Amino acid sequence: MRLEYFQMIDRFVDVDVGQRVARAICNVPQQSTVFEGHFPGYPLMPGVLLIECMAQTTGWLVSALTGFTGLPALAGVKDGKIRGAVFPGDELEIEGRVVHEGSGYAIGEAKGWCKGVVVCDAKQLTYRLIPYPSPELREGLWDWAARINFPAKEFVK
Amino acid sequence: MSTTFDKVAEIIAETCDIPRENIKPESHAINDLEIDSLDFLDIAFAIDKAFGIKLPLEQWTQEVNDGKATTDQYFVLKNLCERIDELIAAKGA
Repeated sequence: MRLEYFQMIDRFVDVDVGQRVARAICNVPQQSTVFEGHFPGYPLMPGVLLIECMAQTTGWLVSALTGFTGLPALAGVKDGKIRGAVFPGDELEIEGRVVHEGSGYAIGEAKGWCKGVVVCDAKQLTYRLIPYPSPELREGLWDWAARINFPAKEFVK
Repeated sequence: MSTTFDKVAEIIAETCDIPRENIKPESHAINDLEIDSLDFLDIAFAIDKAFGIKLPLEQWTQEVNDGKATTDQYFVLKNLCERIDELIAAKGA
């Protein structure tokens, strides 16, 4: 996890596009400037970043399902819950599912575990599919995908 | 048996917290009911699920942007319901 770069996923451990499910590991770093402020003397992974972990895991899956034809921009989170505390050094396992592919949008749901206990979930993650703002951004995805073990090239349209 | 319009009106009322009696076949989802694009995604999701279809929002948007259609054709509710009925019929064909 590169918190300051908002790159939450370390690696995908399972991507099943047919079943519309993906699982990823997100290792919370021991050190980060984020923890200097959240909170002084009590470093705690911010809940919004747990939401981001779920959004990115499911977002990559949306990209695969839609053939990387657009950028899945998070547009809404319904029933997002932070159920437990996550600390520096913890390993998160996130499972994202796509429950509906609409025209120009997709709907997902996700859940996250730490040490086998559910720490976060979201019942409806809404993504708008927007055109890639630049060809460079899309091209940069392939290296990024390789770093996090996401088989992106298999799904490019 | 409820009509397509009844179902769509229920969805809009529930999704956007608009009183059901304010939702009429002649209502324009954007101009009259002031539904924004994000709320319309929620409505589209609910319609897709309820009717087992996929509203072609990207195609409609493109047609409006290209001047080939007006928003009335897709966002006045009686017209939207006609489009939904067409999609249901096409699915069954």
